[in-house]
Amino acid sequence: MNIAVLLKQVPDTTAKIIISGGKVDENSVSKWSMSPYDEYALESGLQMKENNGGALIAITCGPDRSKKMLTDAAAVGADTLVHISDEGVTDSTHVQQLLAAAIRKYEVDVVLCGKQAADTNAGSTGPGVAEILEATCVTLVSEVNYTDGKYITMRPSNTGSEKVSTEGTSVFAFDKGTVELRRPNVRGIMMAKKKIIESITSSDLNVDLNGSNIHLDSQTPPPEKAEGQKFEGPEHVTTVVSKLRNEANVI
Amino acid sequence: MNFTIIAETNGENLHPTTYQLIGAASSIGSKSIVICPNGKAEAEAASIEGVEKVISVVGDCFDIFDGGAWSTALNTVCEGNILISASPNGREIGARLAAKRNIPIIQDIVSISEGIIVKRPIYSGKAVETLTVSGDAVITLRPNAFEAAGLGGEAPINTVNQSADIKISIQEAINKASERLDVTEADIIISGGRGIGSIENFSHLEDIADIVGAAVGASRAVVDEWGMPHRMQVGQTGKTVTPSLYIAVGISGAIQHLAGMRSSKYILAINKDPDAPIFGVADYGIVATWEEAIPALKSALSELKS
Repeated sequence: MNIAVLLKQVPDTTAKIIISGGKVDENSVSKWSMSPYDEYALESGLQMKENNGGALIAITCGPDRSKKMLTDAAAVGADTLVHISDEGVTDSTHVQQLLAAAIRKYEVDVVLCGKQAADTNAGSTGPGVAEILEATCVTLVSEVNYTDGKYITMRPSNTGSEKVSTEGTSVFAFDKGTVELRRPNVRGIMMAKKKIIESITSSDLNVDLNGSNIHLDSQTPPPEKAEGQKFEGPEHVTTVVSKLRNEANVI
Repeated sequence: MNFTIIAETNGENLHPTTYQLIGAASSIGSKSIVICPNGKAEAEAASIEGVEKVISVVGDCFDIFDGGAWSTALNTVCEGNILISASPNGREIGARLAAKRNIPIIQDIVSISEGIIVKRPIYSGKAVETLTVSGDAVITLRPNAFEAAGLGGEAPINTVNQSADIKISIQEAINKASERLDVTEADIIISGGRGIGSIENFSHLEDIADIVGAAVGASRAVVDEWGMPHRMQVGQTGKTVTPSLYIAVGISGAIQHLAGMRSSKYILAINKDPDAPIFGVADYGIVATWEEAIPALKSALSELKS
C-alpha cells in the first residue's frame, strides 16, 4: 500500500509576521514548522503503514526551505521524500495540479493531508486534489483505518458524528484528533539526515502552469483595533455589561 | 454581472450565511442566482432581495454529504463567479468546483468591493491579503463578516434533476449527547480556560450561556488536559470563530488561542492576571478572579434579560 501524506511548511504559530513593502517578509520569519493539522495526517499515515504494511511518501510543494520539513517527516518514519518546486506557482489550483501529478507518479493508494494549512487556513488542497484524481474525499477526520479493502473513518455530522467508509483511491483531510503525535528518536533523526529528497519540477510532472486570474495586490498588517477598556475589580462587571448593551450593542 | 450563490441550510431553513452571500453580491451591485442543493428552502431563497433566479437541484446524490457527488451535481448549473459560505462543507464544495472548472479559489474572504477586490486574513489574522479577481473564480465568505440581504424578492424557481455517484457510505450515525449550540454557529461565545480551576466549574459558564443564548467554548489546555470535547476547542487546532461577542474567562490568551478568536467583533476578557495577553486583544477587560466576576456577570445579565 502506498500512502501519501501531503505536507506544508508554514510560519510557526509563535513566529512574528513582519510586513515590508506591501508584502510579508518571509526572510524575517524566525521559525518554520509543519502545519499542525498535517502532523495528525502524518501520524495517521504512519499508523496505517504499521498496521497494513507499505510505504509512506511525504510530499510537499514549496520553496527549498520546506525540504527541512520532509527530513523531519523522515525522522518519524516517512520512507520517500518528494519535494516539488513551487516555481511558477501563483495560486492553489497550481499546487493541487502538481500534488495530484506527483500522487499519480508514485502510484499512491490513499492520500492524507491536513484539513487546512495554518498560513492561509483555506482548506482547498484535499478536496481539490481529490477532484483532479477523481477520488473520494472525506474531510475533518481524525483517524482512518483500512480493513477488508475499505477505509473506515469518523467525521462530524449535523447531529454529532458518523462512521463512514470509502473504497478505491481516497483523500482524507485531518482535523486534530485524540491521537498522541510521536516524537522522533535520535536514531530516526540520524537516519533522516541521510535520506535523499527527490526534487521534481512542474516540467518533470508534465504540468503546464497556466496564468491565473487572481492578482495579489498587497499584504498588510491587520486593521488596528482601538485600545480596549480595562477595569480592575469585579465591582465593574455591571458597568461592562451596560457597555456591552449600549456601546457595543451585542447583548 | 451575476453571482452564482450556493445556498446552505440549517434544517429546513436557509442558514443565515446564505443571506450574507446574497448581501455581499448586492453590495457591489450584482444580482444573485441562488442554487439550492436538493431544493431545500427554495421558496425562502426566492423571497430574498437581490435574487434574480433560484435553481433547485434535486436528486438522490444529496441524500448524504459527499463533496464529490454534490459538486458534480451543482456544477452543471453554475456560471461565472461562485460565492459559497466558508463553512466546512462550503469550503469543500468550493474547492471541488474550482478544480472541476479549472478556475482559482479564494477561501474565507472578509470583504468584497467592485473590481472585484477581496480581502482575506492570512497567518491567523496577523496579516491581511488583498487580491484582485479578473475572471471567474470560486470565493468563500467568512460567516458573519458580511451584511445580510433582507427579504423582498420574488424570484422564479427552476428545478433541475441531477444524478451523481455517492462514493461515501455511512456505517453508523452517532448522535451527540449535548444539545448545546456549536461555537461556529453562535453569535455569543463564553469560553473557559485553565484559570477556572476545574472542568466542573464550566457549569457556571453554561448558566451564563443559557441566559444570553451563547455557546460554550474552551481553550486547548482544558481540552487536552481535562478532557473537554474537542468540538468546543477554540484556537489554532480547534475552531476559528467570529461571533459578535466572545467572553474569555480564565484564558491567558496564548497566541494559538488568539488565532481562533481575535476576529470576533467584541471581546470581553475576565482574568485575574492584569498582564495576561488576552487583555491585548480585548475590547473590554475585567481584572478579577472568575469566582468573583462570574456571579456578578450572571446577575447583571439576568437582570438585563428579565
